[in-house]
Amino acid sequence: MTGVLEVRELAVRISTRRGVVRAVDGVSFDVGRGEALGLVGESGSGKSMTLRAVLGVLPPEARITAGQVLLDGTDLVPLDGAALNQIRGPKLAMIFQEPMSALNPVMRVGWQIAEGPQVHLGYSRARAAERAVELMRRVGIPDPEQRFRSYPHEFSGGMRQRVMIAIALSCDPEIILCDEPTTALDVTIQDQILRLLARLCREAGTSLVFVTHDLPVVAQVCQRIAVMYGGQLVERGEVREVLLDPHHPYTLGLVRSAPDVENVRETLVPIPGSPPSLISPPPGCRFHPRCEFAEDDCRETDPPLRPLPGGRATACLHDERCAGTLELDRARP
Amino acid sequence: MTASLPAAAPPGPAPGEPILAARGLAVSFPAGSQLAARLRGGEPRVLRAVDGVDLEIERGESLALVGESGSGKSTLALALAGLNRPHAGEITFAGRAMPRRRSRADQRRIQLVFQDPYSSLNPRLTVGGMLRELLRVHRLVPREQVAQVTAELLAKVGLDEEALTAYPRQFSGGQRQRVAIARALALQPDLLIADEPVSALDVSVQATILNLLAGLQRELHLTLVLISHNLAVVRHLCDRVAVMYLGRIVEVAPTEQLFSDPRHPYTRGLLAAIPKLTAAAAPDGPPAVAGDPPSPLRIPAGCRFRTRCPIAQPRCESEDPALAAPPGPAAAPGPDGPARHLAACHFAFTADAMAAGPPPDGAAGADGRHP
Repeated sequence: MTGVLEVRELAVRISTRRGVVRAVDGVSFDVGRGEALGLVGESGSGKSMTLRAVLGVLPPEARITAGQVLLDGTDLVPLDGAALNQIRGPKLAMIFQEPMSALNPVMRVGWQIAEGPQVHLGYSRARAAERAVELMRRVGIPDPEQRFRSYPHEFSGGMRQRVMIAIALSCDPEIILCDEPTTALDVTIQDQILRLLARLCREAGTSLVFVTHDLPVVAQVCQRIAVMYGGQLVERGEVREVLLDPHHPYTLGLVRSAPDVENVRETLVPIPGSPPSLISPPPGCRFHPRCEFAEDDCRETDPPLRPLPGGRATACLHDERCAGTLELDRARP
Repeated sequence: MTASLPAAAPPGPAPGEPILAARGLAVSFPAGSQLAARLRGGEPRVLRAVDGVDLEIERGESLALVGESGSGKSTLALALAGLNRPHAGEITFAGRAMPRRRSRADQRRIQLVFQDPYSSLNPRLTVGGMLRELLRVHRLVPREQVAQVTAELLAKVGLDEEALTAYPRQFSGGQRQRVAIARALALQPDLLIADEPVSALDVSVQATILNLLAGLQRELHLTLVLISHNLAVVRHLCDRVAVMYLGRIVEVAPTEQLFSDPRHPYTRGLLAAIPKLTAAAAPDGPPAVAGDPPSPLRIPAGCRFRTRCPIAQPRCESEDPALAAPPGPAAAPGPDGPARHLAACHFAFTADAMAAGPPPDGAAGADGRHP
């Protein structure tokens, strides 16, 4: 499997008055063709910042200080805005959490969908409009000919997210980046959008990077998962293997603290403490102050992401201690 | 564990009687310009947010209100707490009908915790100042005990005494929610309504707040109404679930019964739509519930779910189904009192119609796990 997107040792620093925030610190992952990767973590873990760095839309005070973002072998990091604009759309598309703030409120949605093909694929106005109607039909917007002339405020939240998906698909990108695309939606609408996104990507062979804090959503949409903590990648692997048998105590903590609709437990097990400061992160493993398995070596060595059998990887020195905890939880009455 | 913070034990109905009951409760809001409507000579447009709700909440239970946004669950909660004016129906609290304007003493006994504690706490009051003010205004404890009671409140929600001198902005999201809970508990409520209390929090912090709520409910014999769109949270925390759709309760049942044997097609869809940790990847097939919910400005005639319902019949267009128990012997009072499983669907308790519906993959998965 060839990687469409390869992120290598990516580092993002943000300058603030209180110091330099190491928001993303040496993150590496691959996304294969047609594959969906879930990037999960709590707020402040660096997952959204990673995504924005890949897309080249970091906030002004943040910059990439090291690493590569290879899309089909081309490094995007050194490219300027004009060169990136050639890539965003036909190769790389993005779906945001809040479609209302990502859509142009004074432009008819049909023309917003048609804009990409006009600019990037050289379509005529009429042909681009036809393409927009066809895309609206594909994403399940009823009466696409009529709705073409509507404005974003005339759509419901779920329909707006469908418009966003149509825009993302409009130039047949190789990979779509999604930042919490269904967090603002109701559960029945979330189900519709997730199914739609998964089906369209499978049909077109499009890859997905799916940023979310919701583990069941990742299990539903993605084949692989990468877990971030304190700006670093702490575990990655096949979704079900990672979620059912975590090899990093942070992943284990996430799974144990979330109520599971299929598996009711007497009490939830929260992760003690709070996330680390990324201005002066703790020495050694960044998770050690909150980790129940921490040893002396965890306080000294910064553990690298090391491969495990089965294509998995963990950044825990004592990952074997996680084994069996979830089974014990399940066995408990 | 506390001498000076007694568990609420006001005069009221005997155990088993509802602490709070709503009959035919309706709340509506004028929509759009009333002047324009009058000039046109038509009826003013009305948004029926809560449209005929019957609900009984028993003392000491935890009841969940679930439903999509716009289903009226928050409006219903505000009406129950006396914070907005219903235009029809009545509310009985502790055996007494509540007037439109409640006395301060009655208001005190139902407290709310909101989703975003940052916008519901006064940024210019320290936590100690906030709690002292409440205790003073409501004259709940003698002056010389105020300091002791505030310290006990903080201990109850798991905060240090240092928090007394801190302002809301100095806390993390989870701690702020603890402050909001302490503030609600300061008034020794009988009923605590929590409106999406953990939706704005990270997963690991959610767990601490959910555990806290569960512990407090047991310890203080509180009655809890939890409003949430997260059905996993609901299943974890609540004894009973009421499902709302477009201003009505469409199904209400004990939690395990609702999850293992949902009777209303909307509930079945809702359960099937929950993403599951162990589900098969890349779901194929149709979505659990198709379409968007209709606007509460234009509620469909007949059954309000029929526009999205997989088993709708011609009858559903004309007859509005009432929230009812199964007919026949199943309705006979069981050990826990009267029939506890109600659904507002013509076909809720007929086996054939349910079999014709889509396979409830979520519900089927839950079936196997529960004895």
